[in-house]
Amino acid sequence: MSLAEDARRDLRLAGLTKRYPNGFVAVKSLDLVIPQGSFFALLGPSGCGKTTTLRMVAGLEGPTAGTIHIGDTDITHEKPFKRPVNTVFQNYALFPHLTIAENVEFGPKRRGVKDTASQVKEILELTELTEQAAKKPAQLSGGQQQRVALARALINRPEVLLLDEPLGALDLKLRRAMQIELKRIQEEVGLTFVHVTHDQEEAMTMADTVAVMNEGRIEQLGTPYDLYTNPHTTFVANFLGRSNLVKGTVVGREGTGADAVVKVDMHGTVVTIKASRVHTESSEGWIGIRPEKVLIQPAGTPLDAPGNFFSGAVVSEASYMGVSTEYHLRMPWGQELICFEQNTGRRGGLVAVGTQVDVSWRPEFAFLLDSSQDAGAGIEEE
Amino acid sequence: MTALQRVFGRNAAYILIAPAALWLAVFFLFPILSLLTTSLSDPAGNPVTGYTLTWRVQNYVEALADYWPYLGRSLLYAGIATFFCLILGYVLAYAIAFKAGRFKTIMLVLVIAPFFTSFLVRTLSWKLILADNGWIVETLQSLNLLAEDGRLLATPVAVVAGLTYNFLPFMILPLYTSLEKIDPKLNEAAADLYANPVQRFWRVIWPLSLPGVVGGTLLTFIPATGDYINAELLGSPNTQMVGNRIQALFTTVGDYPHAAALSVILMAMIVAMVLYYVRKAGTEDLL
Repeated sequence: MSLAEDARRDLRLAGLTKRYPNGFVAVKSLDLVIPQGSFFALLGPSGCGKTTTLRMVAGLEGPTAGTIHIGDTDITHEKPFKRPVNTVFQNYALFPHLTIAENVEFGPKRRGVKDTASQVKEILELTELTEQAAKKPAQLSGGQQQRVALARALINRPEVLLLDEPLGALDLKLRRAMQIELKRIQEEVGLTFVHVTHDQEEAMTMADTVAVMNEGRIEQLGTPYDLYTNPHTTFVANFLGRSNLVKGTVVGREGTGADAVVKVDMHGTVVTIKASRVHTESSEGWIGIRPEKVLIQPAGTPLDAPGNFFSGAVVSEASYMGVSTEYHLRMPWGQELICFEQNTGRRGGLVAVGTQVDVSWRPEFAFLLDSSQDAGAGIEEE
Repeated sequence: MTALQRVFGRNAAYILIAPAALWLAVFFLFPILSLLTTSLSDPAGNPVTGYTLTWRVQNYVEALADYWPYLGRSLLYAGIATFFCLILGYVLAYAIAFKAGRFKTIMLVLVIAPFFTSFLVRTLSWKLILADNGWIVETLQSLNLLAEDGRLLATPVAVVAGLTYNFLPFMILPLYTSLEKIDPKLNEAAADLYANPVQRFWRVIWPLSLPGVVGGTLLTFIPATGDYINAELLGSPNTQMVGNRIQALFTTVGDYPHAAALSVILMAMIVAMVLYYVRKAGTEDLL
């Protein structure tokens, strides 16, 4: 390992496993490197192991196997109060008997910092809480309490800041504002943030890197853009946004290098998919296409159709949502596809239910997933 | 207009207070006034013919002068018993609230279970436990912790032990109630913020349990100060508490004015101490 790498204080999880006494395995041999200074999100549905992972990093739960390192320091079995890690708890866990200033200076005081006043002042300014310093947590609004929880952790300048569903208790409007606020603070202080959430939009807007977790494993890791545009599993395709998944049979592979494509037969029409977007070796697969990438046009009128083209679809449902319209299209093989269309006004109205339409999408947007996976995986129950 | 006002009219509040106010007037206010007048009456009378109210403040001076050792013992024994109740009760209440898991309900039932037997019977059984030929005394003697002719019964130790035992549930229940309300996440948050287990207890758990501590110590200390059963059954004439004296003055001596004066003194002392204590603990709003 080079000297430069030694100096880096990345958070490294290796083979991290948590098995509960009742036999339930919450986290299954997790390997993960979270670069120093990054904003990292662990995204997944409830029960996927993301909170357990966070609690193991915080030291609130001991792993069954595996190690946790920050840089070269092994913190796997370190007591929570000795780790350079702080947590913003879900529902904040503010000390109700202490004022905001006392809550914030709790950490520095315990570490024996003599003069905390200037630090407290600085952090309260950063989180815009100066006015509230003498109040008790119960006197504050949800958004203010959230900021206190953040200030109380940040003041310690931890090497890693863990955020456990930090915005879950806030209403939608406040959540949006806090997302931007958190991102700003992270950029300002430059610490490593590990953010656990089940809200895909929150993870995508805030994090540099997102790890999608499911059943104790990481399904896929990457930038929000990569995860959304090129999902590797049906779970990721459905959990992040929505996807149309259509059964297809591989008929051939052509080209080499960056130009390599895979030809897939989709109910009689052959579609091409870039090899870098094909995530199955088998001869069958799920052809995936995001709804906003699906273009429609009433049959008989010209359609911008540079790629894959189908005719014979019928609009079975149209929901007008202001910015866009969601169409459900009944395909000739009986499946319903979803199409989101921006209401640019170009059409001068909606496409009526029952209209015959042609459907198309650009080949570079499609992806191919393993057919053995459940096409319904990751669809959240409302 | 609220539903209550529709039924009871404009004076809804007064009508609703009336039954309780009447009850208190008959069974609290009247006896208190009777006690006060008796305490200021001429002791020359007797319980049968009655006493004449002569505003004899001298009764108080005499009661204090004659019986101050009893008052002192009461406060001392009750104080020590409350202290032991707090330590034993806190540990148990903490265990029930945070560590008992599915045994929580069973443990709470066990705490309350002694109430199903008479206070008197339970105290009498302590007489057997602490008896001179009982296993506790014999064990202590064989360990040389107690002299060959040493005893527990009829000593202050027995009285304090009895008080501690009898009032322990009154300590545990309020402590449990306030400990149980503490979010375990606060303990985790404190651990995350560099507090070691000792600091977590004194900085987070203890301050948040103060309402229970105040409630429990009051519920233990007040009745323990006025108790006379433990001193009567487990103690000796040298360990008598103020309650024994008041009881004797009323029932055997028949000196009502001095008994009443002593009762009022005890009451005033307890009220003063409680007020001071609650103010000191700063938890008036939590009571």
